[in-house]
Amino acid sequence: MIGQGIESGPIIDIAFWVIAISTIIAAIAVVQLKDLFRSALFLVVSFIGVAGMFVLLRAEFLAAVQILIYVGAISVLIIFAILMTRDVEEGSPSNRLRIPVGIIVALFLAVAIFVVIDTEWRLLEPAMGGESVEAAGNVVLSADSVAKVNEVFSNTVPMIARLLVNDFVLAFEVASVLLLAAVVGALALIREG
Amino acid sequence: MNLESFMIVAAIIFAIGLYGALVKRNAITVLMSIELMFNGVNITAVALSRYVLPARLALEPDLATNEVAQFLLTGQVFAIFIITVAAAEVALGLAIILAIYRNRGSVLVSDINLMKK
Repeated sequence: MIGQGIESGPIIDIAFWVIAISTIIAAIAVVQLKDLFRSALFLVVSFIGVAGMFVLLRAEFLAAVQILIYVGAISVLIIFAILMTRDVEEGSPSNRLRIPVGIIVALFLAVAIFVVIDTEWRLLEPAMGGESVEAAGNVVLSADSVAKVNEVFSNTVPMIARLLVNDFVLAFEVASVLLLAAVVGALALIREG
Repeated sequence: MNLESFMIVAAIIFAIGLYGALVKRNAITVLMSIELMFNGVNITAVALSRYVLPARLALEPDLATNEVAQFLLTGQVFAIFIITVAAAEVALGLAIILAIYRNRGSVLVSDINLMKK
C-alpha cells in the first residue's frame, strides 16, 4: 500500500523525469532506427517506461497488466513477425512525406500542449484539504469523501474488478468476444491455403 | 508530480507514434507506432482519472465507496479495455502482415496496392 503524499517528494520528481525522458527517447528510437529488430527492443523499453508512469500514477494493477501484456506478449509477437520477415533487407524506410508529416505532427503536438497548459483543471489533490485550497476553485471535500478517495486509491484491484463486472459488464463481455474473434481470425489468416 | 507533465509526456509519445505511423513504409513499424499511440492515450486516461476532481464527488458528500471508485477508476478501466483491443489488433495485424508476406514477398505498405489496379 502506498502512503499519502508520497508522489509529491523530490525523489518522485526525479523518477518521473528519468522515466519520461527514457520513454520518449526509446519512442524516438522506435521510429528512427534503421534496424527493425533494434527498434522492437526499444519498443520494449518504451513499454516498461509507460508501466513506470502507471506506478507513479498509483495504478499498480495497470502497471502489472502493461508488463504482462505489452512487454510479455505483444512485443514477443512483434519480434517473431520481424524475424519471420527478416529477409526483407530494406530495413525500415520512410516514404516521401517526412517533412510535411513532421510539420503536421509538430503542429498537433503544439496544439495539444497548449490545450493541456491552458485548461483550468479542477484537481482532486487540493480539494482533499492540501495546502492550497484556492487552487481547486474553493471546493473542499468532506472528511468522509477524502477517506473514501484514499480507500479507493490504496486498494484499486477489488474496485476495478467490481467495476468490470458491474458498470462495464457489457464492454467486458464484448471484449472477450473480440479476443475470441481475433484469435480465430489470426489462425484462419495464417493457415496455409 | 502534476497532471500537466504526465499529459505532455503522453502527447509527445502519441505524436511520435503518429509520425511513425504516417511516415514509415514497413508495415511492422507502422504497427509498432500504433502501439506507441495506444500507450500515450493510456497514460492520458489514467492521469486524468487520477488527478481530476469528479464533479459529483464535490457536489454530493455522502457517496458510497463503490460510486467513488466508479468516478476515480473509470480511466483505469478504459485503459484495460484499450490494452485488450491493442492485443487483438496486434494479433490480427501481424497475421495479415505474415499472410501478405507469404503471398507477395514484401512487408512494405507501398508495395501492397492490389486494390489500386
